[in-house]
Amino acid sequence: MEPILQGRGLVKRYGRVTALDHCDFDLYPGEILAVIGDNGAGKSSLIKAMSGAIIPDEGEVLLEGRKVQFTSPTDARREGIETVYQTLAMSPALSIADNMFMGRELRKPGIMGKVFRQLDRSRMEKLAREKLSELGLMTIQNINQAVETLSGGQRQGVAVARAAAFGSKVIILDEPTAALGVKESRKVLELILDVRSRGIPIILISHNMPHVFEVADRIHIHRLGKRLCVIKPGDYTMSDAVAFMTGAREPDA
Amino acid sequence: MSTKNDDYEAVVKTGNQGTVAAFAPARKGALAQIQHMLHLQPALVPLFVLAMSIVTFGLLLGTKFFSPFALTLILQQVQIVGIVAAAQSLVILTAGIDLSVGAIAVLSSVIMGQFTFRYGLPVEIAVLCGLAFGTAIGALNGWLVAVMKLPPFIVTLGMWQIVLAANFLYSRNETIRAQDIESEASLLQFLGTTFKVGADESGGGGATFTYGVIVMVLIFLILAYMLRHTAWGRHIYAVGDDPDAAQLSGVNVRATIISVYALTGFICAIAGWALIGRIGSVSPTSGQLLNIESITAVVIGGISLFGGRGSILGTFFGALIVGVFTLGLRLAGADAQWTFLLIGVLIIAAVAVDQWIRKVSG
Repeated sequence: MEPILQGRGLVKRYGRVTALDHCDFDLYPGEILAVIGDNGAGKSSLIKAMSGAIIPDEGEVLLEGRKVQFTSPTDARREGIETVYQTLAMSPALSIADNMFMGRELRKPGIMGKVFRQLDRSRMEKLAREKLSELGLMTIQNINQAVETLSGGQRQGVAVARAAAFGSKVIILDEPTAALGVKESRKVLELILDVRSRGIPIILISHNMPHVFEVADRIHIHRLGKRLCVIKPGDYTMSDAVAFMTGAREPDA
Repeated sequence: MSTKNDDYEAVVKTGNQGTVAAFAPARKGALAQIQHMLHLQPALVPLFVLAMSIVTFGLLLGTKFFSPFALTLILQQVQIVGIVAAAQSLVILTAGIDLSVGAIAVLSSVIMGQFTFRYGLPVEIAVLCGLAFGTAIGALNGWLVAVMKLPPFIVTLGMWQIVLAANFLYSRNETIRAQDIESEASLLQFLGTTFKVGADESGGGGATFTYGVIVMVLIFLILAYMLRHTAWGRHIYAVGDDPDAAQLSGVNVRATIISVYALTGFICAIAGWALIGRIGSVSPTSGQLLNIESITAVVIGGISLFGGRGSILGTFFGALIVGVFTLGLRLAGADAQWTFLLIGVLIIAAVAVDQWIRKVSG
């Protein structure tokens, strides 16, 4: 099977620091790939290179086998790669529907949309409601309620729903459970599995080993700026993964 | 490697049992519901205060206050501040502030006058030049804020001094007399044109409007539409709320901020035009308090100085509240200082309400 998203020989230097050192990366269709690594191992540089937030100095990114060059996150989004940032990138005072369509609003057809630039609120609300109920988040009653009135887990849910609504090819989740309690984390993990069951591959960056081992199909272990190995959660324990990550143990061949 | 210390992995193997987080809203008390409603409709507070103050002065002063003539007089008195405050609202919604609004309005009016009388340009062209100048100064403010990343307070504080000084230097501190304007370039006074509705036969009483008042109301309605029903308007709220989040969501933050300051400059230039209509002459010393008065109207109108919250209709009500207090207290024969004192109380109360609305139970 051909990987949907690939990185080949990626290099990124910040002054004298080499964040990415000829790093490779593969994401296959329909899988959840977790990316783990010690702080400073370069995993966020890797993810940023994939999502267009940084431009690698060397190497190439291939989407469905085709070479792509992203100069901004907007480029990557246009290609169907959506990122859910750790900060969620939502405007707290605006409504759920407003946030879901921020930056790609729908306008009314005809003269009201073309000349008066009027937003098609009913269509956006309908689509937002559809997306949320598809992902089982419809207990959020009012699509017009401000995002700041939601709990942390609900906000994460809305952010994931936004990515799922527009991310046609790849969804990148950056530490989705870091700020959440046990119960809310659980809900978000279910949401992630639900998104995968729709056939959209997911890159999951997380520090939480139990969460990674629970949902990931494969785990990309990042160390010293490159891919150390890729393991299957069934074959190793969490302690093994931590040992690889920190260099306490070398991966077998 | 695997020891009893790894017990936490058991959770993974057994999977999750029992109920997971329910996403149901908690039941809300009456106060929380009011808070929620104000959250959605932030203009309700100033509307309520406006209604109460009209009723109070109406009861105290009777028909002296509660007449079409007096009530429309309030509109005429607040038209300039109202137009400038509408522009100020846009900037404050992006979490900025524009201290140069008054100076831009005055310089634009001076340009309209001097281009007509000093260079002999057709008055229509002179008015367009004034509007273009106001827009350009606003765009420069926006560029300094958005691209050079300078704090809006500092940028517009500097621009206020620069524009005001340029205004005095360019006009040579000369006033263009109202009679000259009336005979040679009456278009400059166009927004001061009055018309009456329901006056008695001698022309007294009745509701009196000027074109400037109509323009003010139109500006508020157009901006209210743009803020609520266009992507540009939603982007202003998003930028004011959290510029980084807006950028990551795909909003062009830079273009949004520059367009807001440029539009503010344009609207201030319209206010400058209306200013000629209101005072009749072109005076470089007029409009000195416009920046403070416009910020007052915005704050009383319930727009958050921290950006991203509030409704522009609130600013309209805020400007009217100031107008009602000013006229009402004057008609009641109170010392003018009472007006300032009460306005001060209103400002602090408005900010307190804003803080309360922001404090949502999450």
